[in-house]
Amino acid sequence: MYFTLLAFDWLFMIEKLVLIVGIVSISLVIAMYETWLERKVAAWMQDRRGPSRAGPIGLLQPLADGLKLFMKEEIIPNTSNRLLFILGPCLAMLAAMMTSAVIPWGGNIDFFGRAVSLQIADINIGILYVFAVVSMGVFGIMIGGWASNNKFSLMAALRGASQAISYELPMGLSLIALLMLTGSLKLSVIVGQQLDGVWNVVYQPLGFLIFLICAFAECNRTPFDLPEAENELNFGYHQEYSSMKLGFYLFAEYINMFISSVIMSTLYFGGYDIPFVNDAALAESIGVNLTAGLQALTLFIKTGGFIFFFMWVRWTIPRFRYDQLMNLGWKKMVPLALANMIITAAVILWLKK
Amino acid sequence: MQALTNRAKPVDRKPMTFVERLYLWNIAKGMMITFKHLFKKKATINYPEQTRPFSPVFRGLHVLNRDEQGRERCTACGLCAVACPAEAITMEAAERKQGEENLFREEKYAAKYEINMLRCIFCGLCEEACPKDAIYLSETFAPANYQRKGLIYGKPDLLIPHPIDNPEEYQQALGNRANKQQQEN
Repeated sequence: MYFTLLAFDWLFMIEKLVLIVGIVSISLVIAMYETWLERKVAAWMQDRRGPSRAGPIGLLQPLADGLKLFMKEEIIPNTSNRLLFILGPCLAMLAAMMTSAVIPWGGNIDFFGRAVSLQIADINIGILYVFAVVSMGVFGIMIGGWASNNKFSLMAALRGASQAISYELPMGLSLIALLMLTGSLKLSVIVGQQLDGVWNVVYQPLGFLIFLICAFAECNRTPFDLPEAENELNFGYHQEYSSMKLGFYLFAEYINMFISSVIMSTLYFGGYDIPFVNDAALAESIGVNLTAGLQALTLFIKTGGFIFFFMWVRWTIPRFRYDQLMNLGWKKMVPLALANMIITAAVILWLKK
Repeated sequence: MQALTNRAKPVDRKPMTFVERLYLWNIAKGMMITFKHLFKKKATINYPEQTRPFSPVFRGLHVLNRDEQGRERCTACGLCAVACPAEAITMEAAERKQGEENLFREEKYAAKYEINMLRCIFCGLCEEACPKDAIYLSETFAPANYQRKGLIYGKPDLLIPHPIDNPEEYQQALGNRANKQQQEN
């Protein structure tokens, strides 16, 4: 009996482990350089140069920032709940990292005769899993704000939580319209359909717009960055945090931004599909591995475009007032997403008749 | 009410149209503005490597001048102190002794000469008042200091380097003034 338990595919385990380590480290590095890019983009849009002293064009700046955060004194307020205070940033980071598990990063690669999929887990509830984990990110904010025992932190945390919950709704509704088109929650299937056909954004422009706006709100990015509205709430839910715990909160935010960019490109912009190229034919002509590499690169380029868009919006649009935010969420986005859903359903039924 | 100028614009309180309320078009317009700024010339001056050029009439830190043989020009007449509106200058006069002819140009000199940089307003009236061309305002500014007493500049801080012993530093301290003097002559 024990023998059969032990007889599972060890190669499979090793393959997935390598993939997990690779993807986690890639998303960490990307999050690091997002901070650099953010400062650069902000500077360029304000006719400045941005960080340019640490290394060539300031490329070592994230390392210096990280070193600074690690060297700082770690302060835990006396009146805080120590366990929850530490748990907060851990949860934020965990939730941010976990979403990357179901994303297909490229086609299969051929590793000494073994077909290795560039996706950690191809589960059949893929997009639901993403939603489940993303809503766990609220716990990080909420627990951190609560454990700080500071009224501003708590208020910011409440804002963050209610904002995330309100915008999850239209996000889900806009996604239902997409899922009616694809007929599957599996991300690999969704990408596979776009590989052969047209990108989903062509069928679902309104759905994409709603998804995009909700992604901004979910990531707590401007114009929806009310949880850290400096002028009202000092620093927001991470006000009492210092050193690397603060760093984890900020880092989690950048990872979230990266992941939501990846998800948007996967769902609406063809995932790892190389535009204007037949991927299957390409794989036959230049080999599977090279194609998979090119596909992963394409996905990263698309993601980079979205990340730039996130930053572009941040340095253009001012923050919403809180009632405006709620108005937009409940009175505009939800009806719009519902209408989008109904129209999509009607069109599908009409075409299939 | 009659408008005083034709520049006044009446406030438009029309309710927003549907397109305006959609807000998306205005966002797109704003985004295009920030996008254009990506390619604009940066206003930054990379300070230690590049410096912003001073205007020719810039009035910076004071320098006590020497003549061509390196003798101090100041005779401690006190005209600069009288001219100074901020009362930043104090001095003590002394008589030149035998054998000090290579140090001081005239029979009387300033034994102590102090400018309080915290009081000074860099107006340049001392330079205008000086009959001996002994004090002028250079093209640097007074660096910050942790203590007040460090900002009371005495003779060692103010005197220009010796033109014969230290010609390079002398020229540097002279700065643009050398060109200006040539033009005047």
